[in-house]
Amino acid sequence: MIALRGLSKSFGAFRALEDVTLEFPAGSLTALLGPSGSGKSTLLRAVAGLERPDAGKVLIDGADVTALPPQRRGIGFVFQHYAAFKHMSVRENVAFGLTVRRRPKAQVRAKTDELLAIVGLEGYADRRPAQLSGGQRQRMALARALAVEPSVLLLDEPFGALDARVRADLRAWLRRLHDEIAVTTVLVTHDQEEAMEVSDRIAVLNAGRIEQAGAPREVYERPASEFVMRFLGPVARVGGRLVRPHDLELRPHPVDGAVEAMVARVVHLGAEVRVELTDAGGEPFAARLSRAEADELEPVAGDIVWAAAATEGVVPAATA
Amino acid sequence: MLVPLAALAAKATDGGLGAAWRAVSSRQAVAALELTVGAALAVAAINALFGTVIAWVLVRDAFPGKRIVNALIDLPFALPTIVAGVTLLALYGPRSPLHVNAAYTRAGIGLALLFVTLPFVVRSVQPVLLEADREAEEAAASLGARPATIFRRVVLPSIRPAILSGAALGFARAVGEFGSVVLISGNIPFHTQVASVLIFQQVESDAPQAAAALSLVLLALSVAVLLAIHALGRERA
Amino acid sequence: MTVSHGGRARVHGLRIVALGYLAAMLLAPVVLVFYRTFEHGLGAVWSSITTPAAISAFWLTIEIAAIAVPLNAAFGLLLALALARREFRGKALVEAIVDLPFAVSPVAIGLALVLVYGAGGWIGGALLHAGVRVIFAVPGMVLATIFVSLPFVVREVTPVLREAGEEQEQAAATLGASPWQAFRRVTLPAIRPALTYGIVLSAARAIGEFGAVSVVSGDVAGHTQSLTLLVQQRFENFDLAGAYAASALLALIALALLPVLSLTKGRRA
Repeated sequence: MIALRGLSKSFGAFRALEDVTLEFPAGSLTALLGPSGSGKSTLLRAVAGLERPDAGKVLIDGADVTALPPQRRGIGFVFQHYAAFKHMSVRENVAFGLTVRRRPKAQVRAKTDELLAIVGLEGYADRRPAQLSGGQRQRMALARALAVEPSVLLLDEPFGALDARVRADLRAWLRRLHDEIAVTTVLVTHDQEEAMEVSDRIAVLNAGRIEQAGAPREVYERPASEFVMRFLGPVARVGGRLVRPHDLELRPHPVDGAVEAMVARVVHLGAEVRVELTDAGGEPFAARLSRAEADELEPVAGDIVWAAAATEGVVPAATA
Repeated sequence: MLVPLAALAAKATDGGLGAAWRAVSSRQAVAALELTVGAALAVAAINALFGTVIAWVLVRDAFPGKRIVNALIDLPFALPTIVAGVTLLALYGPRSPLHVNAAYTRAGIGLALLFVTLPFVVRSVQPVLLEADREAEEAAASLGARPATIFRRVVLPSIRPAILSGAALGFARAVGEFGSVVLISGNIPFHTQVASVLIFQQVESDAPQAAAALSLVLLALSVAVLLAIHALGRERA
Repeated sequence: MTVSHGGRARVHGLRIVALGYLAAMLLAPVVLVFYRTFEHGLGAVWSSITTPAAISAFWLTIEIAAIAVPLNAAFGLLLALALARREFRGKALVEAIVDLPFAVSPVAIGLALVLVYGAGGWIGGALLHAGVRVIFAVPGMVLATIFVSLPFVVREVTPVLREAGEEQEQAAATLGASPWQAFRRVTLPAIRPALTYGIVLSAARAIGEFGAVSVVSGDVAGHTQSLTLLVQQRFENFDLAGAYAASALLALIALALLPVLSLTKGRRA
């Protein structure tokens, strides 16, 4: 389990982390989610020991590791661009952590074979990283990080450099892997879909601060701020509140608490229908209806409808 | 490393700036400097031309033994300058199999400098040509441009910085070149006396102050050229 | 390269120009030296390069190179690491200083060293007092050689280090490697071709240095006479055959280094 207390870090005048306090329960998979520049990579690297915080503490399994270099923290790190040892074979890459610890050759070989099997690279042991695809390289990097049996696994946008299809496959694969090998894992990503799909907990970062931390459902359905709500999913502003487009109900006649709007466009997205609306003030927003709801309402561009939120929504901060 | 150079500066001005100026502006020194710079410039220009041609052939052409030829380009880098001097004298001096005698002539100096600075432009241009975007040339061809035009308008602009920096490096080297020139030039004052040989002569004849002053001039010249290359490189980046 | 009919002639034409120029400028001189050397038979050549003066000149050259090259390699490597990986004040100045030996004439380098380490020099006097003779002795020649062959390793290794980035070393650290282990197993293999290329260039320069050691050494046969100085002395004594023999020896060394240069250059990137 990892605990961060009051972590702060600046790069020159830029404050990357502001007094971050957070806990990562043992065996969980937490996603650090946020836009570029939010400090999530810095945070991860601070846990790893690749960055020295200006203030605060990092505790791993209760021990204060803040002053320790990466070698001594018992972590595994996976880089966005793989950081593969180009001049070593796949096997030598995976074995590296064990080799530098001078483990007996037989033990190293056995462990390496085991890990290569787990990540599905058995036949590639003697190839060079350059001969592997991006997805295979990242799996090799994971195997390499896991070889030394770290107590903490840190992944810095591990799928960012891969194309969409591979990304989706590896996401699911990572989740299954984590279910099998329950190492405390922290994953940095800017992709909220990835965070939702893979993690047990999401910590949302904005400008160096934690805006909210909680289970994916909680963060999505009960966002603590407008930033979190906008980052986690689509948002519609209705009647001075922010609601999810899914939560809007459209009626052909006035309803208590509903807002009058005109249908601008109806987009059929297969299983869902997105109805683009303009409110009385001319501001656009959108509602998402199921096919059934859309069939019942039969919205057409130019119709006047009344939109009501099924939930309370989040009251937005003072708008510009 | 800086200390010896500071010492040069100190010695040069031993006896005051006036003495330094006089040493450098003596007729002999001026003649030597003129010859040195003139020869270096001429050589740089010839290298720019031939070096580019050679680089082009090495990159774009294919023929048996190309790898060997490519390796040989580095020969002037690897060969001791004095050996180059002896060699060139053998080829172009008295008893030359070509029945020329360029010993004690300015042409001889030029030939020696050409040998020594040959690799600079070639090695500078080769990597740029290797990386060059062929598609731009193909596009130009499809638009009707003739090879000479393509070279002039598409290729040349992209390799010009490399040619210039290679030529400038060669120039800086040629200005200070000693070992290959000292034998073939004969060191005739006002005729075939290069600055570096004059400096050597001054050191041997116990005129260190004059030698130091002249050295500084050469140094300033080379440094100016190198700084220009750096600035060029930074502009490009 | 697809060429039109007229284009083929142009390709050939360029090739002939290039190769002809190279043959004239590069090949002819070297071939001639070997020819002239062996003109009078192997026996003469052998006795020429096995005279006591020649042998001692040979070993002196090797000795100087054996000191200068490893020093330059180690120092150059450190410098390359600092230049590629760290930001520090005066970095541009250091880069300029590294390039300096390219800008200075060898005789000027020799003169500068004499001014500092010579009998009347800044610290030369003090050193002489302590019994350490620098100028007109081997240490001076070593210093001059170090000076002129310094830049090669730095210039070759720095760009490669810069390109490679630090991620692999960071990964090694997270996997438990100490800085030394990371250097030995990750950094060094990555720069090996560039490092080798730089060392070979440095060695070639060290063996072939003439101008600077000429000023600094005093050229005492058997004591401060390197192979290059031997060539010059024989030439000036009209011992042409002897000069050619020694030149041929040096040329052979240079030619032997060329393939190494060519091989490592290809794998540098």
